[in-house]
Amino acid sequence: MDRVQLLLALSMALFVLGLLGVIIRRNLLVMLMCMELMLNGVNLSLVTFAQQTGTASGAVLVFLIFVVAAAEIAIAIPIVLLLVRSRRTLEADAYADLKG
Amino acid sequence: MTHLLTLIVVLPLAGFLLNGMLGNRLGNRFVTVVGCGLPVVSFLIAIRCLADLLGGGSVPLVETAYTWTRVAGRSFDIAFYFDRLSAVMTLIVTGVGSLIHVYSTGYMKEDKSYARFFAYLNLFLFFMLSLVLGRSLLVLFVGWEGVGLASYLLIGFWFEDPVNARAGKKAFVTNRIGDAGFLLGMFLLYWAFGTLDMDKINAAFTSGAAPVVSASLAGILLFIGATGKSAQIPLHVWLPDAMAGPTPVSALIHAATMVTAGVYLVARMSGLYLQAPEASQVITVIGALTAFFAATVAVAQTDIKKVLAYSTVSQLGFMFVALGVGAYGVAIFHLYTHAFFKACLFLGAGSVIHALGGEQDIRKMGGLAKRIPITFVTFAIATAAIAGIPPLAGFFSKDEILWFAFGSSRGGSPWLWAVAAATALLTAFYMFRLLWLTFLGASRMAPETEHHVHESPWSMTSILIVLAALSAVGGFFDVPHFLISLPPLPTPREELHHFELPLLGISIVIALTGLAGAAFFFGRGGARADAVRPRLATLHRLLSGKYFVDEAYDLVIARPLYWISERVFLRLGDRVLIDGSLHGLARLAQRTAGALSRVQTGNLHLYAFLVLLGSIACLVWSFRHG
Repeated sequence: MDRVQLLLALSMALFVLGLLGVIIRRNLLVMLMCMELMLNGVNLSLVTFAQQTGTASGAVLVFLIFVVAAAEIAIAIPIVLLLVRSRRTLEADAYADLKG
Repeated sequence: MTHLLTLIVVLPLAGFLLNGMLGNRLGNRFVTVVGCGLPVVSFLIAIRCLADLLGGGSVPLVETAYTWTRVAGRSFDIAFYFDRLSAVMTLIVTGVGSLIHVYSTGYMKEDKSYARFFAYLNLFLFFMLSLVLGRSLLVLFVGWEGVGLASYLLIGFWFEDPVNARAGKKAFVTNRIGDAGFLLGMFLLYWAFGTLDMDKINAAFTSGAAPVVSASLAGILLFIGATGKSAQIPLHVWLPDAMAGPTPVSALIHAATMVTAGVYLVARMSGLYLQAPEASQVITVIGALTAFFAATVAVAQTDIKKVLAYSTVSQLGFMFVALGVGAYGVAIFHLYTHAFFKACLFLGAGSVIHALGGEQDIRKMGGLAKRIPITFVTFAIATAAIAGIPPLAGFFSKDEILWFAFGSSRGGSPWLWAVAAATALLTAFYMFRLLWLTFLGASRMAPETEHHVHESPWSMTSILIVLAALSAVGGFFDVPHFLISLPPLPTPREELHHFELPLLGISIVIALTGLAGAAFFFGRGGARADAVRPRLATLHRLLSGKYFVDEAYDLVIARPLYWISERVFLRLGDRVLIDGSLHGLARLAQRTAGALSRVQTGNLHLYAFLVLLGSIACLVWSFRHG
């Protein structure tokens, strides 16, 4: 198993870990952190491919994802804070208002 | 290439547009100048065209204003055709029309919709002129429908009162029934000849080339249109109701010009009707029936305008009798004299109504002769003219109709003469009755009305004087022999020639008998009439109820239509079928949405899990399909 395969396996592990976290954990903050994990898993694979092919586009894309992730967190954290203020809980199940 | 004919037609249209769009802003003086000035200019141009026509050896002037469309190699032109017949019609329409416009400036002075009134009148003139000047049936039909529209707008001019609006609607709907026949006739002629130009159709019929259509069928279909426009039985019901409009409108549209369009149409298509003896017979019978029937109704009416309306229907019947027996020129002659005296009568009635502040019931008039002398004298002259007292205009034209009804080689007969003569007697009787009840005898007016009686302004009385003068001398212009573009008058049968002078005498006697009868019954405060009325109660009720034709139509046509509309179209069609299907669709959408909404649990983890499943499914699918 060479280095590339190792890095790809690591990125996949990070992604699956994040995905499982989003699906299983109830805590909203933890779910947000798990999403970050997924994004970083993807980032790792992008960097790996960029290394392998010797092109810059993968690395550029990583910067783009950083920016988007920062913006997303900047909005998501205040939303979560407001929700917590109104309901006094971090449990995701408490917020089922969109039930049809 | 001049465009004088087009100018005659288009000038009133310009008046309509100017008055309709700017009239309210620029004030009544502007409206008066435009509304009266442009018809007068049209009249002058028409005289100029007549001079050209007579100077050019009576070759018809033809002018193509615009090519409407070309279909399959045939072009439909808006072309104008000016021969002696259209010349007479154009002069009547623009001449009498201009006079009535001037009269209206006085009559409508106080009305708040002054500009709208003149806009409509000008619109009417535009359509009427395209009707009489149109070369093809198509242009004629456009004018025909257009005058119907203008008539509708003017009958319902004071539309705040639902009665007026309903009268306008009735006129419009009744005319549409006739128009259906007219359209069918046009289709038939176009199918047969490939053209709608009336001179070509006439030529095709007169040239004797075996026509591919039955002239009688086409003739009867066109005549159905004429019965609608010219208020003949069975479509006469709209005209008396049309008196709801302002009186100048009744004079212009519902007496002098528009209602004679049917007469003009038949005279214009005379080449066709000469080949259609059956159609001519139908015209004769309908005309004679209408003339007699309307005259009897007029005897018992008490509304001054209703009497005149039925009199118009009756006189139109006379014209159709003349058309039916092939004396086309004589029909136009009567049309021409009728335009003068009937316009004078209506405008005189308008002057009376104006003087009495809106009163129209002749039972509440009387003794007006001294109070409004100019109106009285002109009204009396016109009455004598319509009654056929020589040497006034109506005498000449009516006597010629009576003579041809008796002796024409194309369907004249003694019984026809008898009906026409009886009608003439009734005409003289009811007209002098009207004169007596309105102007003579003791006053029966309400005191406060009587206090306000005043002669009309100069703008109105001067027109009355002009029209009375024309009613007096108009008969000396020999229209039938002027109209050489029409088929020659039918030759009277040889053996009947010696009847001509005695019949002339009889028609004078008839007119005087009518006068004497009216004087006998309605002189001395109408005491004798009051004595006779109870003995003829049934007859009187029948006549004053207008033979209950409206009620019969209501029972036979209107009620079943209401019933079908209510039961079939409203309850079944509208409520059950249309509303039902729409409600069904809405309910279907609601139920589907209810079922689908259960998918939305609001559980974030379930959504995430479904996204995961979806992603996995996408991956699997993309691996499978390489």
